[in-house]
Amino acid sequence: MTRILYSSLVLAVALATAAAAKDITVGLTMGATGPGASLGIHYKNAFQLMPKTLGGHPVKFIILEDKTDPAEAAKNAHKLISEDKVDAIMGSVSVPSTTQIGQIANETKTPMIALAPVALPPDKREWIFVTPQPTELMMGAVVDDMKKKGIKTVGYIGFSDSWGDIVLKALKKHAEPAGIKILTDERYARADTSVAGQVIKILAADPDAVVVGGSGTGGALPHIGLVERGYKKPIYHNHGTVNREFIKVGGKAVEGAIAPTGPLIVPEELSADNPVKKVATDFTKRYEQTFGEGTRNAFAGYSYDGYLLLDAAAAIALKKAQPGTPEFRQALRDALEGLKNVVGTHGVYNITPTNHNGLDERARVLVHVDNGVWRLMQ
Amino acid sequence: MNVTVALWLSQDAVVNGSIYALLALALVVVYTVTRVIFVPQGEFISYAALSLATLQSGAVPGTVYLLIGGGLLIAVLDGSAALRKRKFKRLSAVLAENLVLPFAIAGAAWWAATRPDDLLIQVVVTLAIVTPMGPMLYRLAFQPVANASVLVLLIIAVAVHYMMTGFGLVFFGGEGVRTHLFPSAQFQLGVLNITVQSLAIVATSLVLIVLLAVLFGRTVYGKALRATALNRVGARLVGISTEFSSRLSFGLAALIGAVSGILVSPITTIYYDTGFIISLKGFVGAIIGGMTNYPLAALGSLIVGFLESYSSFWASAFKESIVFTSIIPVLLWRSLTSHRLEEDDEP
Repeated sequence: MTRILYSSLVLAVALATAAAAKDITVGLTMGATGPGASLGIHYKNAFQLMPKTLGGHPVKFIILEDKTDPAEAAKNAHKLISEDKVDAIMGSVSVPSTTQIGQIANETKTPMIALAPVALPPDKREWIFVTPQPTELMMGAVVDDMKKKGIKTVGYIGFSDSWGDIVLKALKKHAEPAGIKILTDERYARADTSVAGQVIKILAADPDAVVVGGSGTGGALPHIGLVERGYKKPIYHNHGTVNREFIKVGGKAVEGAIAPTGPLIVPEELSADNPVKKVATDFTKRYEQTFGEGTRNAFAGYSYDGYLLLDAAAAIALKKAQPGTPEFRQALRDALEGLKNVVGTHGVYNITPTNHNGLDERARVLVHVDNGVWRLMQ
Repeated sequence: MNVTVALWLSQDAVVNGSIYALLALALVVVYTVTRVIFVPQGEFISYAALSLATLQSGAVPGTVYLLIGGGLLIAVLDGSAALRKRKFKRLSAVLAENLVLPFAIAGAAWWAATRPDDLLIQVVVTLAIVTPMGPMLYRLAFQPVANASVLVLLIIAVAVHYMMTGFGLVFFGGEGVRTHLFPSAQFQLGVLNITVQSLAIVATSLVLIVLLAVLFGRTVYGKALRATALNRVGARLVGISTEFSSRLSFGLAALIGAVSGILVSPITTIYYDTGFIISLKGFVGAIIGGMTNYPLAALGSLIVGFLESYSSFWASAFKESIVFTSIIPVLLWRSLTSHRLEEDDEP
């Protein structure tokens, strides 16, 4: 009798250890150094706030650094998938890096949460789910505001990289049907000491408004340049620009700057019936408690929404398969694709086979700089 | 394009070009004296701008710790060597320079951080933080291999650049800053809007260039630098410490970098890694001047300023390509007209 008791005890312990060994593992490759550092640091910070379970099951996060280098990101992705056998992969800070990881995730059939937009054709995104709002959705809000203000012509100045192209493309998509003409396509680099040439060209074209396709503090340089040379019409930015450093750098000159962003930048000002209000307020509060007053930003929210999506999907997938198996990864992917009404910090995710992002108009608000703070535009 | 636009662009070109000119001069000084192609030159720009901004926000910049750390390292290295040779006078000099001085500067920084309105003090403290890093860098990274080939020195310089950029990210974070240095006053000259800032930049550059010319032409130290640049062995034979000349040249480079960083910080956003691109443009200017000729390097930098300004008007997407491609014809022309001097032929 005692023998049976002992052996069953041993068996139980063995089973328990086996179960513990089968934690869900999630790999992250992130660029918290290199050109994307200013965003990557926030993305990475969010992982300190994540619960230690996924769908109620213990989870282990493996976080690697890719220096905002697509080649490094690809190397990390290979390592996470083949050596650490992760159940899902998350990353990274820039479009090129995220696209690289996406390709590998799709080939190896590993569910991926893309934390930045992915530049892949639809048939190669079967395993990829994207948390940030599509740029088209965001710039749609900008163009709506232009229509309201009766703006007919727009000058564009953006980064001389893929971000500058993406913002312009999204702007064009909405501006052209609305009959708004884009008069200039000027480019500058984050490290430029001056944008005088571009600014003069925009002033010569004299558009009704200017759209800046920069990000973070990088968006301030053309704005200041325009204001210094006496441009007084509206200047729009994009969701990559909304942080407090932008205002710190721009000072008085960027007063009145308008930008689209996710609701978690201004959760306090959202109306009480806004579905995102509670999640966004909680997250912002926790983030600022840990990292300091005024550190709220969109990027940490993308990481956290990625966690929320995985959390909801894992709860379903765990019923079908054990973590660490191809069956589990398949189940996780299928569960992600069927997620309905997952409330994140940025909006409400309704994922479908044809829409692997699933955010709608509830995921965007327009904010403007009002007395040195980003505030909701009414 | 009309005259007004051309004037505006030229004004911008002169302002930027004079900053590139300063950096080109620093690169030429370091290269001629030590044969190091000084890739980390730009880091002094970022360090100075970001340190100044940190002081203005009332905090002590992280660069202070780098200064103390570097000082400690040198104190241990040189101090133990002096102790072994029982040269106590040298020991006290080493300790004074590498322990007492950094801590004194750190104290000054701490004090300056409590006076956010005292611009002059902040600028002086920033210069005091950044300038000693030049000689320290030379002592730690280049002096042990001072006689290595240009290529080895270049590779070390690249490594130092990456190290310093990494430290910059740790100290200052990924976001950019601007400083508030000059009154935003401006006045009208014909169609031109001239800001006090741009005047200050051009004037400071000119003054520094004149001072450098005086230093090299009239003083013993300058002559020692020139002698080392001409012929290291010969200089040593007549009693010039090439080690001292090299450290002096690095100190000058750090000072010039810090001054440019402070000058440029109110007119643009400076990130922890911005300095590299700015100094790269100074490098293009120096290349146009052949890396050894001061007036040509300054002229080359001005050309870079004009190229940049006009190309940003006509084809802003290709601006960097235009600026950096411009060195190819220059290099072609130089390699066709001048006979090559193998640096390894030197004794």
